[in-house]
Amino acid sequence: MPINLIGVEPLYKELNHNTTLSLVRFLLQGGVLMNTGIRSKLAKPVDLKNLREMLKDRLDPKKQRLVVCGDTGCSVCGSRELAPAIEEVLQERGLAGSVELKVTGCLGFCEKGPLVLVFPGAVFYQQVQAEDAAEIVEKTVLRGEIVDRLLYTDPADGRKITCAYDIPFYKLQTRTLLETGWYINPLDIDDYIARGGYAALAKVLDGMPPEAVIAEIKEADLRGRGGAGFPTGLKWEFCRAAAGNEKYILCNADEGDPGAFMDRSLLEGNPHAVLEGIIIAAYAVGAKEGIIYIRIEYPTAVLKIEQAVRQARELGLLGKNILGSGFDFEVIISKGAGAFVCGEETALIRAAEGKVGEPRQKPPFPANAGFRGMPTVINNVETFVNVPLIINRGAAAYHETGTESSGGTKIFCLVGKINNSGLVEVPFGTTLRQIIFGIGGGIKNGKRFKAVQTGGPSGGCLPEEMLDLKVDFKDLAQAGSIMGSGGMIVMDEDTCVVDLARYFLQFLKSESCGKCFSCRVGIQRMLEIYDRLTTGSASIEDLDLLEELAVTVKDTSMCGLGQTSANPVLSTLRYFRDEYLAHVRDKRCPAGVCRSLFRYSIDQDSCIGCGSCAEQCHAGAIVEMEEGCYSINPELCTRCGACVEACVSDAITKG
Amino acid sequence: MSKQLTDVEDVLEGAVKKHGLSVVPLLQEIQEHFRYLPEEVLRMLSRKTGIPLIDIYHAATFYNSLSLTPRARHQISVCAGTTCHIRGGGKLIEEIFQLLGIRPGEITSDGEFMLETVNCLGCCAFAPAMVVDGKYYGNLNPGEVREILNALRKKAVS
Ligand SMILES: Cc1cc2nc3c(=O)[nH]c(=O)nc-3n(C[C@H](O)[C@H](O)[C@H](O)COP(=O)(O)O)c2cc1C
Ligand code: FES
Repeated sequence: MPINLIGVEPLYKELNHNTTLSLVRFLLQGGVLMNTGIRSKLAKPVDLKNLREMLKDRLDPKKQRLVVCGDTGCSVCGSRELAPAIEEVLQERGLAGSVELKVTGCLGFCEKGPLVLVFPGAVFYQQVQAEDAAEIVEKTVLRGEIVDRLLYTDPADGRKITCAYDIPFYKLQTRTLLETGWYINPLDIDDYIARGGYAALAKVLDGMPPEAVIAEIKEADLRGRGGAGFPTGLKWEFCRAAAGNEKYILCNADEGDPGAFMDRSLLEGNPHAVLEGIIIAAYAVGAKEGIIYIRIEYPTAVLKIEQAVRQARELGLLGKNILGSGFDFEVIISKGAGAFVCGEETALIRAAEGKVGEPRQKPPFPANAGFRGMPTVINNVETFVNVPLIINRGAAAYHETGTESSGGTKIFCLVGKINNSGLVEVPFGTTLRQIIFGIGGGIKNGKRFKAVQTGGPSGGCLPEEMLDLKVDFKDLAQAGSIMGSGGMIVMDEDTCVVDLARYFLQFLKSESCGKCFSCRVGIQRMLEIYDRLTTGSASIEDLDLLEELAVTVKDTSMCGLGQTSANPVLSTLRYFRDEYLAHVRDKRCPAGVCRSLFRYSIDQDSCIGCGSCAEQCHAGAIVEMEEGCYSINPELCTRCGACVEACVSDAITKG
Repeated sequence: MSKQLTDVEDVLEGAVKKHGLSVVPLLQEIQEHFRYLPEEVLRMLSRKTGIPLIDIYHAATFYNSLSLTPRARHQISVCAGTTCHIRGGGKLIEEIFQLLGIRPGEITSDGEFMLETVNCLGCCAFAPAMVVDGKYYGNLNPGEVREILNALRKKAVS
């Protein structure tokens, strides 16, 4: 089947990226692009209902379907080759018409990618490569047999698990926002509509006054998922009440946290849900135009949201007189040029206006003076995805999940030294332990848990004693961290928290816009102390100075970047003081990370004298003292660790 | 030369028509054409639009994805995100320095390779990660980086 590229051409031309054409081909595998011709607009809510009725056989649970994860993560480890291979096998066997192949967004369990799901039955295959395509089709699709070697094995009891829903990683989650992503081709609006998409929009436009929409969001206790956790309903109410007829919705898809990809996955997996939330927000506050500000480092997400906007416009879900309600709304997409501080709302406004994204003093708040100086609602991608859910379910049912002050679920990006890396969705109030040890399956390679960083560079680092903390905006803040946008980075005993705090400060220093003094100079001064700490030249007074600086920067910086930059410093000082003291007093890095503060040596009892370490050493620091007896010269050694990788008998130790 | 100049004129003309005086989209468009922001073109942009050169320079140096230096034939982006950092991303950068003698932001003297770091490629489950010429690599160790780059070098020689 030739892949139909009409309508996609402008997408890849615009992106002008050498791999984009192949990317588009990959994403479209097995699916036809739906909006290649002009479709008639949906003029009334009932037209949408009728269209859904027409698409109903897409929901047929008996239909045979092969789902391949098309997210950036899985394509790194081979799904780009896999999807075409499956398509070829299906064609050879004459199954292209009866078995559906879908390339979806992130399926969640990134650790085991590339992932394939076979329906009916949600059979879960992991680490699937192109070579496995024939066997999967031959056995599972044609004969209903299971390919044993591709199944997930539960490390707890060695049992193989067939159905995705039985795997602890998924079973322990509450997947309400992410679930739909398993069933839809993100480039096809009809898939979304078939599964109830845009029903919330139709409900709202079909007789729900804007005030009632806001009341519903307030009752649901929806809090912003972008970091600060501000009540969304209240924000909308302020904006609605603000003077002026020209109002805007700004979707924050800048996702600058280095180590998190929730928003990218939502945009790649279910872009129409984001869009539907934006349109409802616009209706509620009375905005005529929306802007999606998305970072340029996410080419696939850009491509998919652009496609979603185009399709929604074609069906009349964007534009003039949406579903015959008299409500007009348009969306434009603005591409970020890569700067963390642009995620801060006042900086975001400037960046979306095409200017340099530097923050400004608040108030006035964006709800009163935002984009082009007009009242603007700024919400995060994930916040918007919750909106249709609340409207469809009703606030009360939605709020059954979550804690008293925060309704619903939160998506976390669980990564680091953890067994089950991936995208995880849990109700507010779930403990860190449940997430890290239940869903995450504990620490890699049987190591000890040391700390977890929540909230990205502006967040805090929490130790083992805090594992029973419930994740919630309030509880995390009390513990000295923040929820942030949902990054959760797990560290084991080989991570040095001093080095980690230094890393975050380095990041924040290079991302600080430099406008206010305390952030610009304060972070630099703290970083200098960290340079001393990690090279063994810090004094004990430096620790007090560090703390004092951190508090000052926190209290006196203008925007959130500076105000939160102290979190990694203060939280590590609070929970890991001993490790700081080891760096200062003993000139030793207990985790063996800070290069000046540890040495490699060869344990002669374990060494087998093969010499592969010496071969790998760039610095020529490993010499053969006598036949088969090697030693490392600490003066020459750069602590790169290449010898450790090369050693076959684990004979190289740190100390 | 004169033909080239008209080309540049056309690019600027088109960009201004599309984006008006919005400096960032203008620069993004220019970079798309030239793969970086050549000084001469920025001066022309300033003359054409009246946007002070200092404001153009401000924007060009503020955003990570805008570059004032020409690109190399092979673009290496190593992830410097948090997960990659704690899973040994620094060692990859060290390895590249050993191999090619360049640090982040630098270009090899033959113009073949340029190294830069990015803040999270969004595939943290496969950390440490890097992208070379648009192709993603994950779960890397220094040895693998050497193999990948050596293969590219060989290609360049043959
Ligand atoms: C330095 C900094 C970076 C931020 N980055 C992001 C971001 O990448 N994405 C995001 O949604 N919010 C980010 N925020 C939070 C926004 O300022 C804003 O609170 C949020 O977008 C509001 O949406 P919400 O209420 O839906 O969370 C950042 C804040 C600061 C101070
Ligand atoms: S931190 Fe490197 S890919 Fe996310």
